This record gives sequence, C-alpha cells and structure tokens, in this order.
Amino acid sequence: MRSRITAAPYLLWAVLFIVIPLVLVAVFAFTNTGGGFTLENFKNSADYAPVIFNSIWLSMIATAICLVIAYPLAYVISRRSAGSQRTMIMLIMLPMWMNFLLRTYAWMTLLENNGLINKLLGFLGLGPFEMINTQGAVVLGMVYNYLPFMILPLYSVMVKIENSLVEAASDLGCSASDTMKHVLLPLSMPGVTTGIIMVFVPSVSTFVISRMLGGGSFMLIGDLIEMQFLGNAYNPNLGAAISMVLMFIILICMALTNLFKDPEEKEGLLL
Amino acid sequence: MKNKKTGAGWLSNSYIALIMIFLYAPILVLMIYSFNESKSRSGWAGFSLHWYRELFKNDAIISALLVTLFVAFVSAILATVIGTLAAIGIQSMKSSSKTAIMNFTYVPVVSPEIVMGVSLMLLFVLLRMESGLITLVLAHVTFNLPYVILSVMPKLRQMDKHLFDAAMDLGCTPGMAFRKVMLPEIMPGIITGFLMALTFSLDDFNVSYFVSGDKFQTLPILIYSMTRRRVSPEINALSAIIFVIVLLVLIIVNVQDARREKQLRRKEAALNE
Repeated sequence: MRSRITAAPYLLWAVLFIVIPLVLVAVFAFTNTGGGFTLENFKNSADYAPVIFNSIWLSMIATAICLVIAYPLAYVISRRSAGSQRTMIMLIMLPMWMNFLLRTYAWMTLLENNGLINKLLGFLGLGPFEMINTQGAVVLGMVYNYLPFMILPLYSVMVKIENSLVEAASDLGCSASDTMKHVLLPLSMPGVTTGIIMVFVPSVSTFVISRMLGGGSFMLIGDLIEMQFLGNAYNPNLGAAISMVLMFIILICMALTNLFKDPEEKEGLLL
Repeated sequence: MKNKKTGAGWLSNSYIALIMIFLYAPILVLMIYSFNESKSRSGWAGFSLHWYRELFKNDAIISALLVTLFVAFVSAILATVIGTLAAIGIQSMKSSSKTAIMNFTYVPVVSPEIVMGVSLMLLFVLLRMESGLITLVLAHVTFNLPYVILSVMPKLRQMDKHLFDAAMDLGCTPGMAFRKVMLPEIMPGIITGFLMALTFSLDDFNVSYFVSGDKFQTLPILIYSMTRRRVSPEINALSAIIFVIVLLVLIIVNVQDARREKQLRRKEAALNE
C-alpha cells in the first residue's frame, strides 16, 4: 500500500498548531518585550518558586490520595462478575461526563461557611469550620475531579490479572502482603504509572480548581500562567517562561514514572 | 472459609458504596438545590421550578449552547476525517517513522492543556487572527486529532494487511478498495474516535478559555463566568439537566450494547447447533 501520503494533512496540521506554537512559547520565554534575547524571564519566574513548589506539593498529595483510594477499589471491581464490572465502571465514568466546572462548583456550595457540611456538623454541635478557601479544599477538588483518571487505568490492568494467579500465590504460602508485593503490584505497575501521570498532570496545571475552591487567596502555577496571558499582570514573556517550567516539571514526572515504555501498551491504557 | 469470603464481600461492598457516595453526593446536592425557591444555598424555601424558567430565559446560555454545539460538531468531523486519513498513512509507514510519529501524537495528550491554550493563543495573536469561532474550531481539532488517531490505529492493526491488496488485485480502484474493504473494517474505531472528539470538545474549558475571545463564549466558559458571581442558582438547574441527559445517553448506549451482545450470543448458539 502506498498510502503514506494520507498522513500529510495531519502532519501539516501538527506542525502548524502544535510544533510552531510550542516553539513560539520557547521564543517568548527567551526574549524580552523588545524581542532581544534574555534570561530575565526565567530569573523572574524564580521569584515564584514558593508558588511552584506549593503546586507540586499539593498535586503530589492529591495524586497519592487518589492512588490510595483507587487501588483497592480497582482491585475489588476487577474481581466482580462481568456485568457488575460494566455497571460500576459506567458509574465511575458518569460524573466525568459532567463538566469539571460544575463538579467543582458543587463542592463550592458544600464547603461554604454556611454550606451543607457545616450545617450538618452544626446539628452535631460542631463547627462551623473554615473549609473553603483552604489548601485542603483545593486538594479535595483535585481528588474529586481526577479520581476516575486513577481508577480506570488501574482497573484496566487489574482486570487482566487472573484470580488463579492470586490463589496460586497464597497456595504456595504467600501471605496477603507478600502476594500484594510480589504478584499484584508488579503486574499492576503499568496502571499505577499511567494513573499517576493522568492525575498529576491536570492537578499541577489547574487554575480553575485553585480559584474556585482556594478563593484566589493563594495561587498555583496555572494561575500564574493565566495571569500573565489574560489577567492584569499581562506579560506573555514571563508567562511563556513559567509555562516552560511547568512542562519541565511534567517531563520530570514522566521520566520518573517511565511512561515511554511501549507505545502499544500505552494506547490500550489510554482508551 | 465461606464466612471469611462473605466478610470480605461485605467490606468490599461498603468500600464501593462509600466511593460512590463521594462521587455522587455533591452532584445530587446540586440537583436538589436546583428546585429550591430561594436564592440562598443555606436554607430550603420550598419546591420551585423558578431556576429552570430563569435558565431558559437566559439568552447568554442559549447562545453559548449553540456555539458549543457548532464548535463540537465541526471540529469533531474535521478531526475524524484528518485523523482517520492520518492513521491509514501512519500504518503503512516504516516501523521507525511510525514509532516516531506515534510518540509525537502523544505530545498533546500528555502535555498540560493550559500550555496548549497559551501556545495557540500566541500563534493566533501573531497571525493577527481575531479570537472567535474559527480559532475555537482550530484549537479543538488540534486537541481532538490524537484521540481519533489512537482509536483508529488498533482497528487498522487488526485488519488483515492483504485484504486491501486482494481487493485491488480483483480489480478495485484504490478508492473502491478503501470504501468497500477498509472503511467497514475500521468503522468502529472511526465512530469511537468521533464520539471521543465530540465529548472532549463539548467539555473543554482549559484550551477554549485562551482562544475564545469575548464575543463567542462556549458553555463551559459561560459556566466559569457564572461561578465567579458567588451565587447563581441557574447553574444548579443546568447541572441537573446535563446530568439527566448524560445518564439517559449512557443508559441507552449500554442497553443497546447488552442487546447486541445477546443477539450475537443467540446467533452463535444457533450456528453451533
């Protein structure tokens, strides 16, 4: 088949709308408003180091919480009957089909000082607690929004682990924790790494969750970037530099989780 | 032994239930409040459809809905055509360039949406393109393309390579061979890709936010501006409607899938007899 040429429109599109824009970000990051070469933007973005580290920290906490919640859940679901599995996966995906702004807004109403949670706690004689506009609320928002991204890849690898393997391990004298360490964990590792990336990347780059649940009282990297492009602090050069820092963080995260193993394996997990 | 099993069963059931409550409780609260007469979220002032009436009177919401649907359908169709052609082309490449292009295809999938948003914004500013419907469609096609390619590729791989050649040997023109042989084989992948593109496009906020401009708001952008005003009960009503629509669509799709599976099994059984 000589049909390689049909990929041409895509390659052209990708160069025009992915490669060139990314090159533009790099160019803006290394130039000043006059267009001259400078490293000033990166020096200035170092001023925001606390914001950057805070974003990484909060996203890491959210990713860890998602992993801890999702791992047993994915395993439990994968041991169910086929019909029950399908229903549960559908139930987990259903909230994802609602826009994440609406989901985050839902938590805004719940966490407010006179919101439902404080009301209920009030009946018990507790509170009111200051929950909205805290870092905890932002982490909660990340966990709530991206938990399905952790569950689904974990489920898709665990459903392939046969029960007989787990049984064989325990028959051969493995304790539950040994089975976990030597059988389940190694076999589910591809799901773990995909899940970590799929939760960490949107968490570390969000600017909406922090603004809606953090009340703008503290910023994440995403807020910083957004401010430089659309906000009052208009400075695309600085924004481009911070964007590059963000991409660098994500590349490190990916290198750590070593996602680039086998493209066909990845494909199966993402879909 | 049996006792232990039911004990574990009870534990896993309650764990699943707990997660489901976590996932659904906020949405349900939102839906219940959509029927609240009062604007305040702290009290219940009685059942009312007031906010639903307000929602449908709101011209901004209706026009945002139209913009969203237009952008979603146009960009999903464009992405499906370009992406399907791309998958066919990539599949027939040498393995080294195939791997290179497929790895490149993952770049927009794994890179943060905000970076794609600002990078496209820079491009459009530089090209002096006014933000609006066109920039929205261009941006949406860009982030939809990988998903179409990634859904069509597995179907192409499953297809017997020689089928296409056989069709040509038997006198098909390449166009005919494509339509009669290849297209039916990869159709499920194309449909999946189209539907994914459509949903991603309907749902997108992070990229659209940077390329939409002031004149054309998509629904997610409008929702965002509504949440900036602290209290806007129309959002509750909107959430309830969207949730019910999504639920209905998923139920219909699942029932049809189950029915198709049943038919298939019956056919198999009949053939085996």
